[in-house]
Amino acid sequence: MAEKSPAADVEAGLLAHLNSTGDVPDSRSFASSLGVSHLELEGVIKSLSAFRIVDSTDIIKETWVLTDEAKGYAARGSPEAQLVAAIPPEGASKDALKAKLGDAFDVGMKAAARNKWIGFEKGNKDLVLRKVENVRDEMQEQLKKLEKGEVVPDKVIDDLKRRKLITKEKSIWYSLKKGPEFVVKRKTLATDVTTEHLRSGDWKDLEFKDYNYGAQGQPIAKGYVQPLMEVREAIENIFIMMGFTEMPTNKFVESSFWNFDALFQPQQHPARDSHDTFFLKAPAATRQLPEDYLEKVKQVHQSGGYGSKGYGYDWKRDEAEKNLLRTHTTAVSTRMLYKLAQEKPFAPKRYYSIDRVFRNEAVDRTHLAEFHQIEGLICDYGLTLGDLIGVLEDFFSSLGMSKLRFKPAYNPYTEPSMEIFSYHDGLKKWVEVGNSGMFRPEMLLPMGLPEGVNVIAWGLSLERPTMILYGIDNIRDLFGPKVDFNLIKSNPLCRLGI
Amino acid sequence: MPTVSVGRDRLFAALGRTYTQEDFEALCFEFGIELDDVTTEKAIMRKEKHLEDDGEVEGDDEVIYKIEVAANRYDLLCLEGLARALRVFTGTEANPVFRISSIPRGSMLQMHVKPQTSQIRPHVVCAVLRGVTFDEARYNSFIDLQDKLHQNICRKRTLVAIGTHDLDTLVAPFSYEALPPHEINFVPLKQEESFRADKLMEFYKSDMKLKKFLHIIENSPVYPVIYDSNRTVLSLPPIINGAHSAITLTTRNVFIECTATDLTKAKIVLNTMVTMFSEYCENKFEVEPVEVIHHDGSKTVYPDLSCYKMEAPLSDILGPIGISLDEKQVVCLLNKMQLQAESHSSKGEHRISVSVPPTRSDILHARDLVEDVAIAYGYNNVPKSKPKCMTIGGRQPLNRFSDKIRAEVARAGYMEVLTFILSSHEENFDMLNRTDDKSKAVIIANPRTSEFEVVRTSLMSCLLKTLKHNIDHPRPIKIFEVGDVMTLDPSCDVGASNNRRLAALYCNRVSGFEEIMGLVDSIVKIVRAPHVKFGEKYYVPTDEPEFFPKRQCKIVTSDGKQVGYLGIVHAEVLRKFGIPDPCTFVEMDIEALL
Repeated sequence: MAEKSPAADVEAGLLAHLNSTGDVPDSRSFASSLGVSHLELEGVIKSLSAFRIVDSTDIIKETWVLTDEAKGYAARGSPEAQLVAAIPPEGASKDALKAKLGDAFDVGMKAAARNKWIGFEKGNKDLVLRKVENVRDEMQEQLKKLEKGEVVPDKVIDDLKRRKLITKEKSIWYSLKKGPEFVVKRKTLATDVTTEHLRSGDWKDLEFKDYNYGAQGQPIAKGYVQPLMEVREAIENIFIMMGFTEMPTNKFVESSFWNFDALFQPQQHPARDSHDTFFLKAPAATRQLPEDYLEKVKQVHQSGGYGSKGYGYDWKRDEAEKNLLRTHTTAVSTRMLYKLAQEKPFAPKRYYSIDRVFRNEAVDRTHLAEFHQIEGLICDYGLTLGDLIGVLEDFFSSLGMSKLRFKPAYNPYTEPSMEIFSYHDGLKKWVEVGNSGMFRPEMLLPMGLPEGVNVIAWGLSLERPTMILYGIDNIRDLFGPKVDFNLIKSNPLCRLGI
Repeated sequence: MPTVSVGRDRLFAALGRTYTQEDFEALCFEFGIELDDVTTEKAIMRKEKHLEDDGEVEGDDEVIYKIEVAANRYDLLCLEGLARALRVFTGTEANPVFRISSIPRGSMLQMHVKPQTSQIRPHVVCAVLRGVTFDEARYNSFIDLQDKLHQNICRKRTLVAIGTHDLDTLVAPFSYEALPPHEINFVPLKQEESFRADKLMEFYKSDMKLKKFLHIIENSPVYPVIYDSNRTVLSLPPIINGAHSAITLTTRNVFIECTATDLTKAKIVLNTMVTMFSEYCENKFEVEPVEVIHHDGSKTVYPDLSCYKMEAPLSDILGPIGISLDEKQVVCLLNKMQLQAESHSSKGEHRISVSVPPTRSDILHARDLVEDVAIAYGYNNVPKSKPKCMTIGGRQPLNRFSDKIRAEVARAGYMEVLTFILSSHEENFDMLNRTDDKSKAVIIANPRTSEFEVVRTSLMSCLLKTLKHNIDHPRPIKIFEVGDVMTLDPSCDVGASNNRRLAALYCNRVSGFEEIMGLVDSIVKIVRAPHVKFGEKYYVPTDEPEFFPKRQCKIVTSDGKQVGYLGIVHAEVLRKFGIPDPCTFVEMDIEALL
């Protein structure tokens, strides 16, 4: 146990007294009975009153108090009495007395002379003689009375006031009785639970101080994950629930062949322009391409086949060999479908990926040169546009977009192609949320996929739904080196799919 | 996607009815075009001149619809084609039938092709529109369509260039030649005086519109040029026409020539021009042919307005949509899309024959018919269904592993950041005190700005840059990223491969070297044997320029393979990135830990 403080003793004394006698009429005299200063007692009284353990009534009194000068006189006697006491029977010189009495000398001389307590030797005004044997020092008596708080005659007060020996002072003390919450021993309120409490068993008697729930907790040091990665994870979970397998997309450099040609995207297509695509200086061209397949792709571009009339242009191998940073993850989907076509017998697949793609575009608040593409596809016999619509509704409703509409669109490698629109309750309008379609036969048949196998696919960016979800209007606050750490730290939980 | 601007009132007049904007938008949505913007000529002029809303400008207050159309629908690039397609789609008009006027072969206009043209722009195709009635709006639309075609299918005139002429100012036969520039002299359109072709090219270098086409022929020893029989220059393709044969509002007979490096596209462009504007001919939709005589003597008559015949079983058209209709309904839907169709049965199977008109060059395969039937049926009317195949979902092991590492580092109190893969050469090398030995980095050939010069070979500059942008954040700053870097890799088909990395950066008033080592220790602990073997000591001192000497090391597995490195970032590097406080950086190869 902690050592008891003097205040604890005072408190114990006061409470014991109240318990036995019921009241304390005057805190000042009680303080002196305890042998402590009134100030010390006052602190305890205030604390006990606040908890309504004692009831205190203020006693206010204006009293005369002695000045410092007067306190000296009360202790050592009035100047005149001091003077008289200082004079030996043979008398003393003024200088000797002055040296002995100091400041009191002048006052003492005047008052003693007035009282006719002293006299001077004839002809020698310097030698002071004592004229009385004993003096009664009334002033000292009165001052002592005042000091004790006793009553003195008004005449005396006036006299002391004139001599600037007393001043008026307001003093407060208390009368005390038991309060409504009176206890003989007050419990100390705990602010926390300590090992010591548990070990000693003190916890049984613990009473807690009220807690300030308006105050914040301590800031904690913790780690954070990027909001975009959180949304990615949520979307991945949706794909996996729907039976989709992730494609290996860790391949940013791609040949034009896999990025464009294999998708039946003609070599003069504007997307293959240097204004839209990052081409490479190193490695400038791809080292190898599947020759048999390449020949089929060339034919279907140039002169068609598989029921198509083709584009009717001179297909150039150089153009197909040009390396680039992939403009869409569909380059990987194409590789996966080609691989699937080589596996016999055919087995249906659901594939997805979420990874980076690159566009050589001007960067602004909503566009970056690199962003994440979400892509999903299903490959099986007899898939229909109705199936695509059904899957899209499942997928997007998991993202909280249940009102969908589809608009005919153009895309070189899908036919039919559909833009996906979702009704945005906040914006009160239909907004485009993705693209979709069925891969063209000119893309699938040269790979060697069986006739009748269709691929339904869709794609969207990861950034756009994330920005809408978190109300971020500048993409650079979310992604890239200019990200705001405070945004990452204050980001709410991603609740997609919950 | 190309955008076509058309006057709303003219469009509605051509459609034979008016629409509220909402109804028109709904029609566009259904048909697969989009009303992108509603504006006025005045508003466009103000925007161009950067004027406030009340600024005084020329131009009128007619409402203009800007309509976005599919990139392969060249027949929708002008009001005439757009209105026609919508009239047929809404059933207010039958499909137009385009005809070649029947004139004897001997009296056809001729275009003689000289052999030198094969050096620069080998193909030419031509046609004539007779008895055309222009007014200002039609004339503007005629010019705009050429512009739109030039921008889109013609790939900024590289593949095809169109020249249109007042035939009555010219004398056939014509010749398509390729001559040295100094031998060509003519007065170009909008000019008064004659220019020699090489001087003209010089002159156009300051022309905002034309200068971007000069490169197509500039460096060729011969320029393509078309003459009439009086040696009047019709055009210097693909740059400019001659002033002599310029079209005016009173022009009645129009001669159209398209020169090209791609014959298929030249034919599409010519067909688009004549099918759109034969609407204003005396004999509506009739086009006069021109005989092109090649330098080998062979002859071809253009334009070819014949329909492309396709045939497919009904089930092939409806199957991919997932609806059932009878053959009559399908024929009807195809007709709405300007595809003339009929049905017949053979061996108990319903088959649909389609005549694809010259306006629909986008139809390549029966699958294109599927789309048109689906559009005409209404995408939003197609009943939804569910794919039947059962498959098991799953993730790529590397990605799943990466996520586990990410979670581990985040649990260790680090904040995840996500940076760009593209970076400047300086950031990836010089600013890290590293030198480019040209054996590692993937280099971009056509970066728009210096930010996109190389693919990062390490995550170090990315994290330092991110730290710099948040330099006022309270210390300690602990950030990390898991992401891919790329390096040249001859064993990979494309010549470069990705590598998954973890990088972490600690920044405080003191370096945090041991703090980072603690992070590495915890990772080593969770990936350890039997999967990855680390010996007792896996830190081996190094001497790399990006770190302070004696405060850097590599992380090695028990067989001595390096899987990472760390160190206190060198003061010079910190200075270059503008970071005032000490930092420790670590980077690890995650694939090596898998």
